[in-house]
Amino acid sequence: MDKFLGSSVTKKFVMAIAGLFIILFLLVHLGINFLLLIEDPVPFNSAAHFMASNVVVKVFEVVLMAGFLIHMIWGVVLQIQNWVARPKRYKRTSSSQTSFFSKYMIYLGIIIGVFLFIHFMNFYFVKLGWVEGDHENFYRMANDLFQLPLYIVIYLVSFLFLAFHLHHAFQSAFQTLGLNHNKYTPVIKGIGLIYSIVVPLGFSIIPIVIYFFK
Amino acid sequence: MKLTLKIWRQKNADAKGKFVTYDFDGASPDMSFLEMLDAMNTKLIKARIDPVAFDHDCREGICGACGMYINGHPHGPGKAITTCHLSMREFKDGDTIYVEPWRAKAFPVVKDLIVDRTAFDKIQIAGGFISTNVGSAPDSHAIPVEKRKADEAFDSAVCIGCGACVAACKNASAMLFVSAKISQLALLPQGRIEATERVQAMVNKMDELGFGNCSNTGACEAECPKEISLVNIARLNREFYFAKIQ
Ligand code: SF4
Ligand code: FES
Repeated sequence: MDKFLGSSVTKKFVMAIAGLFIILFLLVHLGINFLLLIEDPVPFNSAAHFMASNVVVKVFEVVLMAGFLIHMIWGVVLQIQNWVARPKRYKRTSSSQTSFFSKYMIYLGIIIGVFLFIHFMNFYFVKLGWVEGDHENFYRMANDLFQLPLYIVIYLVSFLFLAFHLHHAFQSAFQTLGLNHNKYTPVIKGIGLIYSIVVPLGFSIIPIVIYFFK
Repeated sequence: MKLTLKIWRQKNADAKGKFVTYDFDGASPDMSFLEMLDAMNTKLIKARIDPVAFDHDCREGICGACGMYINGHPHGPGKAITTCHLSMREFKDGDTIYVEPWRAKAFPVVKDLIVDRTAFDKIQIAGGFISTNVGSAPDSHAIPVEKRKADEAFDSAVCIGCGACVAACKNASAMLFVSAKISQLALLPQGRIEATERVQAMVNKMDELGFGNCSNTGACEAECPKEISLVNIARLNREFYFAKIQ
């Protein structure tokens, strides 16, 4: 099995690359989501249409989906190996100076994965034709969903957990890729902190604005 | 000082093991943690009870033998110290102290607080050396080494192989140890010659022995008695990728 999956360092390399790709994609996604705030449905729907039909985007879509899958599967494999590596736990533990959220990455990841599934059921699988729905009017569908308080709560909580996940993930990916530097690592950590706050916050503002002001 | 010690007792590698509570009032704040254990063991021996087995050798922080997990920290509270350098002044009269062995699949318990750290030796044997002959001391001085690199190599070379990094890591990963052993050689011209084979052999051995995967949590760096930095792990990663594409 390890022959196929590669060494621990290779697995982590793949995790980091897939993760960084998803991080980049989230920016694009957020940009398109902001179009939901415009009264006119055309810009958002054409952006969604472009994302669904353009050939170059289609290639990226395959890479992205593979990225999601690999990131999830490798994440679980690595975590199971880590649990196995300490069969007997300590009785008395206390915390040391660490990257706090790194301890909960697997749980945060699972929650985000559940949200991702709901999200795919609502949109992506509709686009693929696996689930029924009007894939020409995602604008309407999104606005309808954001009228449901329960959906908004699930959405906001998911993005809070995404923020926690990203807080560790961003700088961790660079460390895994071997990019640790006295001068630049603090900068990377700073960008990671800003990203992990600003991007989830950006996603979260949209349903709130739609629910209360539209 | 009156202390309540809850110590892991395990007869041998196959025995189940359990915590045993000892009320001990013979400690003084001037003692080191190991001296306190010595004093307690003397009492146990007089009472014809099997003394607590623990590893120790130099008692001056350089051999790395005295590993034990004290109140949730490898080598106990205090920064950048080994258990032999841990002073009883760190504790208060009436304290309850938990003492456990390192917990990792790759470090099986031999007896009580002693674990088998042969896994570290096996990783070293896989490649943590150079096989070139660099001559005697004056000869090796003839090879110019940049001061900054020499300093960095030295910072990595101070790793004493104690295993606190594995003990502290939530994944029982040995990456900090392995990265220090990789770095001390990778940074020097004498070590570069076998660098590509070395990093692959040592990482493979580390995986094979059942250590966990690094999740960049940083508990190792925080608990390492020699303050080996995570920069070493990033260097190991780089070395590994370059070795793979060569
Ligand atoms: S890296 Fe630090 S904690 Fe790990 S074995 Fe070396 S000295 Fe001990
Ligand atoms: S006994 Fe040698 S380091 Fe503590």
